[in-house]
Amino acid sequence: MDWLQILAAGVLATIGPVTAGYALSAVGLNLQFGYAGLLNFGHVAFMLVGAYGAAMTVEFGAPLWLGLLVGIAAAVVLGLLLGIPTLRLRADYFAITSIAAGEVLRLLVRSSAAEPLTGGVFGIQGFAGDFHALNPFTTSELYGFGQFVVTGRALWVILVGWALVILSTLLVARLIRSPWGRILTAIREDEDATRSLGRNVFAYKLQALMIGGGIAGLAGILFALEQQSIHPDAFQPRITFMLYVMVILGGAGSIWGAVLGAALFNFLFYATDALMARLQANVDWIGAILSPAEAGLIKYVLVGVALMLLMVFRPQGLLRSRDEGRSDAA
Amino acid sequence: MRVDPMQPELAIAPEPGVAKPDPVLTVDGLRRAFGGLRAVDVDHLEIQRNTITSIIGPNGAGKTTLFNLLTGFDAPDEGQWSLDGDGLVGVPAHRVAQRGMVRTFQLTKVLPRLTVLENMLVAAKAQPGATFRGALFGGWQTAERQNEEQATEILERFGLTAMAGEYAGRLSGGQRKLLEMARALMMMPTMVMLDEPTAGVNPVLIQSLLEHVKGLRESGMTVLFVEHDMDVVQSISDWVVVVAEGRVIAEGPPGVIARNPAVIEAYLGKRHGEDEE
Repeated sequence: MDWLQILAAGVLATIGPVTAGYALSAVGLNLQFGYAGLLNFGHVAFMLVGAYGAAMTVEFGAPLWLGLLVGIAAAVVLGLLLGIPTLRLRADYFAITSIAAGEVLRLLVRSSAAEPLTGGVFGIQGFAGDFHALNPFTTSELYGFGQFVVTGRALWVILVGWALVILSTLLVARLIRSPWGRILTAIREDEDATRSLGRNVFAYKLQALMIGGGIAGLAGILFALEQQSIHPDAFQPRITFMLYVMVILGGAGSIWGAVLGAALFNFLFYATDALMARLQANVDWIGAILSPAEAGLIKYVLVGVALMLLMVFRPQGLLRSRDEGRSDAA
Repeated sequence: MRVDPMQPELAIAPEPGVAKPDPVLTVDGLRRAFGGLRAVDVDHLEIQRNTITSIIGPNGAGKTTLFNLLTGFDAPDEGQWSLDGDGLVGVPAHRVAQRGMVRTFQLTKVLPRLTVLENMLVAAKAQPGATFRGALFGGWQTAERQNEEQATEILERFGLTAMAGEYAGRLSGGQRKLLEMARALMMMPTMVMLDEPTAGVNPVLIQSLLEHVKGLRESGMTVLFVEHDMDVVQSISDWVVVVAEGRVIAEGPPGVIARNPAVIEAYLGKRHGEDEE
C-alpha cells in the first residue's frame, strides 16, 4: 500500500480550499459559541446568505467586489434579524430557533417560487469568473512536489482562503483580548452576573452573532468562489454540526482552536477516506465485507470515535489549558 | 454594650412604612403576583442613606423577589421606586446597576473561568474598550491600567490579592462571596444589595465578611441585605425590615424588632385559638 499517497490525500485536503472555508466559518462560530456561549445551530444559514448574496449580486450585473460586500452585509443583517427576537430567550430556545431559521432559509432558496432569483434547486453558476481571472498562477499547471501537488487554480483559492482565515482570526483575537471580549466571555460564564455589573448582555450577544455571522458569510462566499456554483442543498444543517465538531476539537474559546480543529477534522476525514478506499480495494477480507460505498462511510465513524476520545481525555479541546477546563468544577 | 449607631435617629418610629431622614431608596405600592400568590406587596418603604438595613422574613416571604424587582431583574405588576430621586420603573437591570444600585446573588455568581482580576475588570465603569468600536480601534490601555490599579486596591482590602491571577472557579465559598462584594465595589455604587451574604459561608469567615459589610457603610455606601441568621442581623444592622407574605409587617432598630409580637408570630406562627376572636 502507498502510505505516502494516503498522507498526501490527507495533507492536500488539510491545506485545501474546503478546509480554509470550514476554518473561516469555524472562526465565526468560535466567537459565538466558544466566547459568547451562544448555541447557534443555524450557522450554515449565514454561509448560505453570504454565498447567495454575493452570487445574486453578480448575477444582477454588479462587479464581484460589490457582491462580496453585499454577501457579508447580508450575513451580518441575518444576525441582526435572527438575534433581535431570539437572543432575549433562554439559550436552548435560541438554539431551536436558529436551527429552524437555517432550514427555512434553505427551503426558501430552493423553492420554485424563488427560482427567478436564486435558481431554485439548480442554484447559480458562473459568477466567479472575475475572481479566477485575477489568478496570478497558471490555472492548469501543477505546483508543489512529489505527491503533494495542486493546480494553479486551487493554489489561488488556497492562498486567498487562508489569508482570510488568518485575517479573521486576528480580528477575533483583537476583539477577544479587549475589555469587550472579556465582557463577552463573562456573558458565557454567567449572564445574570454580567448584567448585575452594568453590562447590556443582549447588545453584546447581538454583536457577537453579527460579527460571527459576517465571518461565516465570507466563508460561504469562499466556497461559492471555489466551486464557481452554489446549490441550496450544499447548506444542510449537517455543516453546522461538523463546524461544531471542529470548534470543540480544537478548543472552543481558544483563538486558534477553531483553525486547528478544522485542519485536524479534515485531515482525519480525508486521510481515513483514502485509507479505507485503498484497504477496500487491496485487502481481500475487507473488500469482502465492505462495499466501496460502505468503506467510504467509515470516515464518519472514525471522526465520531476521535471526538469521543477527545471528550474523555481532553474535554476542553486541544488548545485550551487543562486548568481552565477544570476550574468550574472546583 | 454595643453603641446603637441609630442613636441620633431614635425619633424614627419603628412602624411599617415610616418616613426617614434622607432616604436613598423610596418604594411605593410595589406589587408582584405569581398566579394567585402575592409575592411582593409593599405599600411604602424608605431606606435611609449610609445605613445597613437588613430585610428578614421566613422562607418564601418574597425577600429575593423584592430584590429582583428593585434591581430590574424582574418586572412588577405595579408600583414605583426611585434611587436618589431617580425613578427606576421599567429600567433594565444593567442600567439599574449603572445608576448605582448593584446587587449580589444568593447563589454566588462569580465568573468561574475568568481570573479574579478579570472578574473585577468586567465591572470597571470607565472603559472605552468595552464597546465594540473601542475594542476594534484600540486605545483602551490607559483606562485598563487605571482599572487594574483600582481593582488591585479593592482586592487587597478584601484579602484576595494572592488570588488575583487564579480562576474564580477555584475560590472557596466564602472567598466567592468576598469577590462578589469586591466586584460590586468596582462600580462605585450608591447602594449595595446583598442577597444572603453569609449563606454557605464557613462560620469562621462570617465575622470577617460582616466587617467588610460594615466597611461598605464606612466608605459612604448604603447597604440593603437579605439575611436569615438573626445573630448576624442583630450584630450589624442599623435598621431591620421584616417581610412576611410579601408585606412589610414591621421595621425598626434590631433590638426593638426582636421583641415585636408581629415578628415573633411571623417566624413561629400563631398560638392555637389566638386568631379566632
